[in-house]
Amino acid sequence: MRTLILKTASNYMLPLLLVFSVFILLRGHYLPGGGFVGGLIASIAFVLHAFANGLETTKELIRIHPGFLMPTGLGLAFVSGIGPLFTDKPFMTGLWFPELPPPLSVLGNIGTALFFDIGVYFVVLGVTLTIIFSISEST
Amino acid sequence: MEILLAIMVGTLYAAGIYMILRRSLVKLIIGIILLGNGANLLIFLLGRIAKGQPPIIPEASKTFLEAYSDPLPQALILTAIVISFGLQSFAIILVKRAHKVVKTDDLDEMNATDEYS
Amino acid sequence: MTEQLLLYPLLLQMFLAIVLMFSWSRISWQKGISIIGSFLNLGVAVWLFSHVWENGTQTIQAGNWAPPFGITFVADSLSATLVLLTSIAGVAVSSFSSASVIPSRLKFGYFPIFHFLLLGLNGAFLTGDIFNLYVWFEIIIITSFVLLTIGGEKAQLEGAMKYFTLNILASVIFLTAIAVLYGLTGSLNMADLAGKVAAVENRTLIQVNALLFLIGFGIKSAVFPLYFWLPASYHTPPSAVSSIFGGLLTKVGVYALLRVFTLIFELDTFLQNVLLTIAVLTLFSGAIGALVQNNIRKMFSYLVICHIGYMIAGLGMMTEVAIAGAIFYLIHDILVKTNLFMVTGVIYKLKATNSMKKLGGLYADQPLLSLLFAIPLFSLVGIPPLSGFWPKLSLIGAGFETGNYVLIGAILFASFLTLFVVVRFWAEVFWKNGEKVEKIRNFPYFNKLRNYKKFQIIGPIVFLSIITLYVGFGAENIQALATRISYELMNSEGYIDAVFSNARIMEK
Repeated sequence: MRTLILKTASNYMLPLLLVFSVFILLRGHYLPGGGFVGGLIASIAFVLHAFANGLETTKELIRIHPGFLMPTGLGLAFVSGIGPLFTDKPFMTGLWFPELPPPLSVLGNIGTALFFDIGVYFVVLGVTLTIIFSISEST
Repeated sequence: MEILLAIMVGTLYAAGIYMILRRSLVKLIIGIILLGNGANLLIFLLGRIAKGQPPIIPEASKTFLEAYSDPLPQALILTAIVISFGLQSFAIILVKRAHKVVKTDDLDEMNATDEYS
Repeated sequence: MTEQLLLYPLLLQMFLAIVLMFSWSRISWQKGISIIGSFLNLGVAVWLFSHVWENGTQTIQAGNWAPPFGITFVADSLSATLVLLTSIAGVAVSSFSSASVIPSRLKFGYFPIFHFLLLGLNGAFLTGDIFNLYVWFEIIIITSFVLLTIGGEKAQLEGAMKYFTLNILASVIFLTAIAVLYGLTGSLNMADLAGKVAAVENRTLIQVNALLFLIGFGIKSAVFPLYFWLPASYHTPPSAVSSIFGGLLTKVGVYALLRVFTLIFELDTFLQNVLLTIAVLTLFSGAIGALVQNNIRKMFSYLVICHIGYMIAGLGMMTEVAIAGAIFYLIHDILVKTNLFMVTGVIYKLKATNSMKKLGGLYADQPLLSLLFAIPLFSLVGIPPLSGFWPKLSLIGAGFETGNYVLIGAILFASFLTLFVVVRFWAEVFWKNGEKVEKIRNFPYFNKLRNYKKFQIIGPIVFLSIITLYVGFGAENIQALATRISYELMNSEGYIDAVFSNARIMEK
């Protein structure tokens, strides 16, 4: 599948899809979206890139091993889960920070739920990429 | 709508079990996927379908004013989908490796562990 | 600090798994972290157990949502006991596997996955929400698939296919049952379901639903017609993995059966008869299956199945004495089965074979080790002061009380066959003059291992044997515990009250 059109398109699609995945991640708290969907879109971006340019190029582009994203994301989700324990609330209680000043307020409310979602995003990205890379490598 | 979905659930379960009972490894995976989808659809169906009634309380009031669609089944289905996503990808890798090592697609040939030794 | 105590076993295992994933390629670090972490977890579990023992059932609402809307975690005596046993087995197997599993297997993330498995087990025991139980079950089966297939030998992959298919089928049936239950009651919290299921008018559908749960958990706990995945797969992975599987995985199914059929569904005569029939047939078929096996690990796999029958029998009779017997047997069985699969691992390390025909002369070679191995073996049979004897006494007593003479016959028959199997094992492996087994080159024989590795392998067996001896000789303490658990299970109001009244909802 090394066509020139796909190759050129995928180079533009990759950053676009990644930005879109972050957008989906951030709007996830009150609207459809969230970490899981965002992570899947981000992994699709990389898979598309791998289709067009070959697996090795994509791997060089990512630099770190995708497996490393799993413990990172899990760690982030874990920390956001135990955060409320320190304020004497049960595990995974949502804590919300005060609203942000205007330029940053596009992010919406920031709370532990957001960090949990970012953790999920990384885990999904890591898991999907690991699975797809290992399936396509061993053919 | 409910009748249609109920028939769909039944078909998915039947097709899934039929596929699992086949001998081929690939059909086994297809069967597992169909069964999982059937179960998800069943949760969706049993959560009572309410068309066009999102579970959102209007800003002016404090409670729901009319019947609303239950948001919980969707959360359950999403969880179940994520889990089956993991399981199925593992299954595909397992089948691939098993096929490489055992060199057959036939489940009846995979009986080395059941033999008396 | 203590208010959230029942989450600590989960959080600790999760933390360990994450730390272990970060040190993916450093195996020697992983070994150290895993052993130290398992000891920490044992400490937390003892703390939780003593807290629950003194202060009664503990609950916590994850995310501060009021019950029945959020996910509840509940630690009653049964959950706390099982978490304690899981962490004991976790310490033993963690130490055993760090010395006995070969490095080429360890480097595929053995330890992180192992701790995820323990996380899943702890979660399944502690959760008070039926859908959450499903999620923990899935974590358990995904991690156990990976542990089962690490190494990728032919037998492992074939065994894993059967394990995989039947366990997924069990999960789908379990999920279907949850869907129907949710459709009927609109709730997923087990304490809430207890009241709502009793109020449902459509009793037939409740019956069918109870049977769906029975089949789903039955596959997982390997009862009579549904156990064929177990002997096909349990002897294929490294013995460290077999020991955690044989000790704990089927017991999760038994735990779920105990919980669901005491809390949510009432056992009517029909279901009781079904359970008793299953128990009798499981006892028979497991024992007879063990009788003919030549591979020692396969033989113990069949004994795992056989002894599930005792617990199902206790549940089926549904009296306080019978359930206390089942709980006592559960405690005894987790310790002994974990230990026995580790014993088979040591035997394999000594002789490089699992076949009873080729083994022999172990008593002449290793008299002290043989005496050590005798403790779990004869505890399994239940020679009077040892641990397997006391629960059978309760079960047979309950059988006379309820007039289930066929069941008593089956229990005695299975005990005698177990005795016969163990005696045959002892004669063939320890006393018989073994034929000369050819030495395999490059095989990590036990005698060639360094001393600290020998300690890591033998230490857990000694540790579990001491606990087994305590269970046998201190039986009155365990009986008191089992009676209390049984009382709590039979009178589920305490559980329900604990979930709803202790709900500590804080103002935001």
